[in-house]
Amino acid sequence: MGSARVVITGLGAISPLGLTVGDMWGGLCAGRCGIGQITAFDPVGFSCKLAGQVPDYKIRQYVPKSYRKAIKLMSRDIQLAVIAANEALTSSGLVTKGLDPEKVNVDPARMAINLGAGLISCDLVELAPAVAASTTDGKFDIHKWGKDGLELVTPLWLLKYLPNMLACHIGIIHDIQGPSNTITCAEAAAHLAIGEATQIIARGDTDIALAGGAEAKVNPIIMIRQCLLKRATSENNSSPATACRPFDADAKGSVFGEGAGMLVLENLENARRRGAKIYAEVVGVGHSNNINPAYECLEPDGYGLQIAIEKAMANARIQPEDLDLIVPHGTGIAADDLAEAKAIEAALGEAATKPAVWPTKSMLSNTGAASGAIDVVAAVCAMTESKIPAAKNCDRKADGCNLNIVKEPEQKKICYTLCCSYTYGGQTAALVLKNFDGEMVS
Amino acid sequence: MAEKETTERVVITGMGIVCPLGHDVETVWQAMVAGKSGVAKTTIFDASTFPTTFSAEVKDYDFAKYTKNPQLHKHSNRGSGFAIGAAVQACKQAGIDIETGEPTDGIDRSRLGIYLGAGEGSVDNDVFFGAIVEAWDTDKSEMDWGRWTEVALSRMSPMRELEQEPNMPAAHIAMLTGARGPTRSCLTACAASTQAVGEAMMIIRRGKADIMIAGGAHSMIHPLGLTGFNRLTALSTRNDSPETASRPFSAGRDGFILGEGAAMLILESLGSAKKRGAEILAELIGYGSSSDAFRVTDMHEQGRGAIQAITAALADAGISERQVDYINTHGTSTTENDSIETRAIKAVFKEEAKNIPASSVKSMFGHLIGAAGAAELITCVLAIRDNIVPPTMNLNDPDPELDLDYVPNEPRKMQVDVAMNESFGFGGQNNVVIIKRYEEK
Repeated sequence: MGSARVVITGLGAISPLGLTVGDMWGGLCAGRCGIGQITAFDPVGFSCKLAGQVPDYKIRQYVPKSYRKAIKLMSRDIQLAVIAANEALTSSGLVTKGLDPEKVNVDPARMAINLGAGLISCDLVELAPAVAASTTDGKFDIHKWGKDGLELVTPLWLLKYLPNMLACHIGIIHDIQGPSNTITCAEAAAHLAIGEATQIIARGDTDIALAGGAEAKVNPIIMIRQCLLKRATSENNSSPATACRPFDADAKGSVFGEGAGMLVLENLENARRRGAKIYAEVVGVGHSNNINPAYECLEPDGYGLQIAIEKAMANARIQPEDLDLIVPHGTGIAADDLAEAKAIEAALGEAATKPAVWPTKSMLSNTGAASGAIDVVAAVCAMTESKIPAAKNCDRKADGCNLNIVKEPEQKKICYTLCCSYTYGGQTAALVLKNFDGEMVS
Repeated sequence: MAEKETTERVVITGMGIVCPLGHDVETVWQAMVAGKSGVAKTTIFDASTFPTTFSAEVKDYDFAKYTKNPQLHKHSNRGSGFAIGAAVQACKQAGIDIETGEPTDGIDRSRLGIYLGAGEGSVDNDVFFGAIVEAWDTDKSEMDWGRWTEVALSRMSPMRELEQEPNMPAAHIAMLTGARGPTRSCLTACAASTQAVGEAMMIIRRGKADIMIAGGAHSMIHPLGLTGFNRLTALSTRNDSPETASRPFSAGRDGFILGEGAAMLILESLGSAKKRGAEILAELIGYGSSSDAFRVTDMHEQGRGAIQAITAALADAGISERQVDYINTHGTSTTENDSIETRAIKAVFKEEAKNIPASSVKSMFGHLIGAAGAAELITCVLAIRDNIVPPTMNLNDPDPELDLDYVPNEPRKMQVDVAMNESFGFGGQNNVVIIKRYEEK
């Protein structure tokens, strides 16, 4: 079995800060916040009325003419993924069938796709007329649903909500015929997908992989779950820009949102052969589990995350002192942020207080299965620009958190970055990225 | 990643299953060899007016008997409950301690991982439909969101909502076993648990874990699931004869039968299995994965993706077409799958194709969706163990176009050393794994 080195040769992101990587990076550097009042539906009665929503887009612009009839089968999660994939592939210099069928320069059988996706919730308004047609004495009647309501549901309805459809539509548009996987581990999904895609390239089963994640959480069902689970902040509705406060003493909860992040991962030799621009190298992948009987929160000592970080560091064969930047999961939920800080400190030891720690969710919101990929895109931008924007809303560090949260923007060379994430289901993930500035970093 | 690669051999040292034919491996296997059907009228909810009124349900099952602490798992969705039973069985067979803070099995928890192909849980039906009914203004065709929120907040259970997430079956298994190794959950439709087993094997081969609990869990037998598949016209509507409705490769096949369940396999590096003295049930030797990149609604007409996955699995296993003794087909009983799968097998195996028995156990336990691949892989292990190929039941009116040896209606006693398991999912997901009788060699 091979052990190819894997590099990042393309980036795509659609986020609450804009429709492109450039919009997002520009917004992050300018200290802009992508969080605002929910407009996708009327959040009356919701304890949290805030979300990170993607600006308006026209999906037709991102879908080749020959495939536009399929747009009606694309839930918002799928659309966000399609848009970010388009940007990532375009930036990589690869020409797929979806970009220009006349100039394809990649072997479809040697391309893979591996995405993190969320539990896609159905559109209540779309289903409502069918449900309303299925009542007896003002109550839902399953007999009527089976006979009449069901007939009112559009025939291909189910296909909009299967999580693997993000990868399938992108695979069809760009003719990706190699391995395709969809990781459904909530907020750790994108890191896990990127990690798996890296390993698929390393073992030689593909040369190129589109990897990342997408999720559209601004939906009444998903948002009400976050309110019920008390994960969404209920105290900052009038001040969206300061609502999500990772690692801050006044953190009151997370703010949820939507987006997609996408990477083109590539076998280093393949990338060199075609003279591709190399943004960074994926050098460390680590996974583990939180095990917490009260699994509605992270285990208090963050042990499952600590193991993932230790594994990723060992895999990268670097020492804690080598890290210059950490992009943590940092949700703004006080207990979880504290557990994450403990995990990072336990994994890195004394060196944990040295690297700049840059949580992004205060500006980008918690985009679920997209968040890990969006964070990797942000980290790669920081590495290529040698610049770490300021973390927002951590005005006074929470007690017990000794991390070096970036207060002011820093201009500095970044050799190694650690990104990490976890879910309430327990899965944890960490990635180590290495600067690829002509291999100048040893 | 510049890292020295290991190439561990990967073996199977435990199995567990909860499916429509029973709640343990031996019961399910005996039912299968006897050609029994797990298909009957749907009872989980009242489906009597749906286009399809039957399904393959797991009956009389209670996950609580598998755990000392059922309270811990009380909010589990159906799929997680099945996962708990299957995982506990598999761990017991492999000698993995469960529910103990201080395991004495000698297994390093940081080298014990989990990889599932698991489905989402059902919505909480009463709340889901009830809130829409109360909040929808039919005249204006709009939702009164204030009302919807009020009803939803007052009736929804936070934990039952959380438990719908597809990563929760893996969470329950982690709680039971203390696994701290690599853990993932994937959902590539009907191919998910075959993909999970294949990728889990790769994790062990690369030395990232010694043992992986791999498999799947899923139930889509709920109103929205049945609605979705009925609207796609993917299901059989042979309501007058549920037991014979799943008839893969028959001329009269009219769709698949919605099933449910969980199946788990313990995958282990040969070194670890030998060190522990674990009984080796079979060796996992090949995995191939591909995508059709064709249409979200249909398989590629020539089976391009299926051919690529089968070819990749054979290459990974390092064996020739001639060495495959048995193919456990995806065989869903839909017109499209069974035709295209047959075409793909013929394209790869050429003149050998007709000599290789290729059966579909979905004729008996229906389609377990995300859990299907792992459940069917277990039947492959048993086929090797007992040298018996399970039958394709209900194959009384052969489709003249389909001319492979589908092992119609009777199990077959024959030497089986190498078995291939095929899974193909909606959207063009293709995954194939190959197992072999374990030999020291």
